Formats: sequence, structure tokens, C-alpha cells
Amino acid sequence: MNSTAPVIDMPTKDLNAWFNQRFDEKMAEREAAHTPSMTIIATKGTLDMAYPPFILASTAAALGWDVSIFFTFYGLSLLKKQLDLKVSPLGNPAMPMKLPEGPSWIRGKELPIPTSIMALVPGFENMATSMMQKTMDKKGIARIEELRELCAEAEVKLVACQMTVDLFDHDQDDFIPEIHEWVGAASFLPRALKADVNLFV
Amino acid sequence: MTETAHTLDARGLNCPLPILRAKKAIAALASGEILEVIATDPGSVKDLDSFCSQTGHEMVSSEEADDGFVFLIRKA
Repeated sequence: MNSTAPVIDMPTKDLNAWFNQRFDEKMAEREAAHTPSMTIIATKGTLDMAYPPFILASTAAALGWDVSIFFTFYGLSLLKKQLDLKVSPLGNPAMPMKLPEGPSWIRGKELPIPTSIMALVPGFENMATSMMQKTMDKKGIARIEELRELCAEAEVKLVACQMTVDLFDHDQDDFIPEIHEWVGAASFLPRALKADVNLFV
Repeated sequence: MTETAHTLDARGLNCPLPILRAKKAIAALASGEILEVIATDPGSVKDLDSFCSQTGHEMVSSEEADDGFVFLIRKA
């Protein structure tokens, strides 16, 4: 034993109690200083699936979290300057088909046609989209443009997938200038590794 | 003494807009000042509670009134 080291003359029981207390204090200090972080991978480009990433990101930013969203494949279309998002009844049997207007007994009723049949009618996607948009406006649900703006304002990092642009021959000029960076999976994963919450949408 | 420095009318807005607007309004206040929020979204009762506990602001009161839910939040 090194003769200059301080001699701890304490029964093991007291030493353990002291250590436990100090450890708890240090952990609490660390937790208080920690800024929570979240990374989201957005892969869908429909009107309905555009909501989860933007709602969660803007809310987390309001709670003081550090947030990044990685937009890949069809999710990349959520970053276009001109949004043209649609919702499809095809393969979506849980989608409620209700009229946005009329007396409440009509609004509350589902149309008695399966969504798989509706989806085959030409132009039905546009009609379903405008019905959903009307319902959302009436219920005070934010437009995607607004949520996206709020995210950018709150410094949510909007990260675009470079490979998707090349794959679908997109033009970078068609996308909003608020995009934080254009990168690939290898750049995004290290950020996800350090995040407290990782979501795939 | 609870004197309101600013009132935010979030009536008719749905999740997450009341929270986002509250966050913006509270940023403009000085520490200790009180923000009054009026909302009609029933989800905002629990969400604003959670917003306060995450951000350190104090929920002074949370009540249901005739024209919606009324919250008083003191900035940390």
C-alpha cells in the first residue's frame, strides 16, 4: 500500500452507506443536467402518416428535448416545398369513412362500403383526402405545413436521406431550405445511438 | 397573488398546438410571471401538466370553466 494514500478507517458497512449516498447524489445531478433527446425515422409519405413524426417532434421540442428526424424513402416527400399529401383507403380497413359535413347523425355514421372497394373507384383517393382534410380543419388539427414550420422554428433537425434523392431522381431545389443536412445511414446512426428515444414511423 | 401577465387563447386547437403555443407564449415572459391558457382540447389537461413537470414551470391552477379549461402557469 502506498504510504501517501489517505487511510480510510471506516467499517465496511459505513463505507457502503457513504458510497450509496454519494452515488445517488451524483446520479441525480447527472439526470438533472441531461437534455433528453429523440431521433425519428420517417418513411411514409401519406397525409395520415405525416402527422406522427411532426407531432411528436414539435411536442418533444416544446418539452426542451433535442430532436432529429431522418426522412427516407417516401418520407422524404414530407420535406418538399409544395406538399401534395394524400391519404388512401387502399389496404387501410381501419380508416373511418365519415362525411365531414352535414347533421351530426350523418357525420357519425360510417359509409357502408368496404375501403377495399372504395379504393378501386377512380378519383376516390382525392375525395378521401379532401374529406379527411376538411375533418381535420374542422377539429382544429394543425396542417402539416404548420407543424413542419413549428419544428424548424424549434430547431428540430430535419435530416434528409441522400440516397433517396438519387434513387428517385429528386431535385434538391424542390425541397425546403430548412433541411439541416443531406446524409446517409452511417451519419444518422451515431446520433440515434446517443438518443434516449428512437422511433420508426 | 396571481396576476396574469399574458393570456393565450388556445380554444378550438387540438393536440399538440395548445402545448406548442403555450411554450411560445411562456418564452416571452419573465421568470415568475404567470401565463393564463384557455383551451377546449380535453387532452390538454394532462398534456399541460406533463409539459410543466418536464420543463420546470409551475402549474398554479387547472380548472374547468364554461368556455373551456383554464390553466395558470408560472414561468420557472
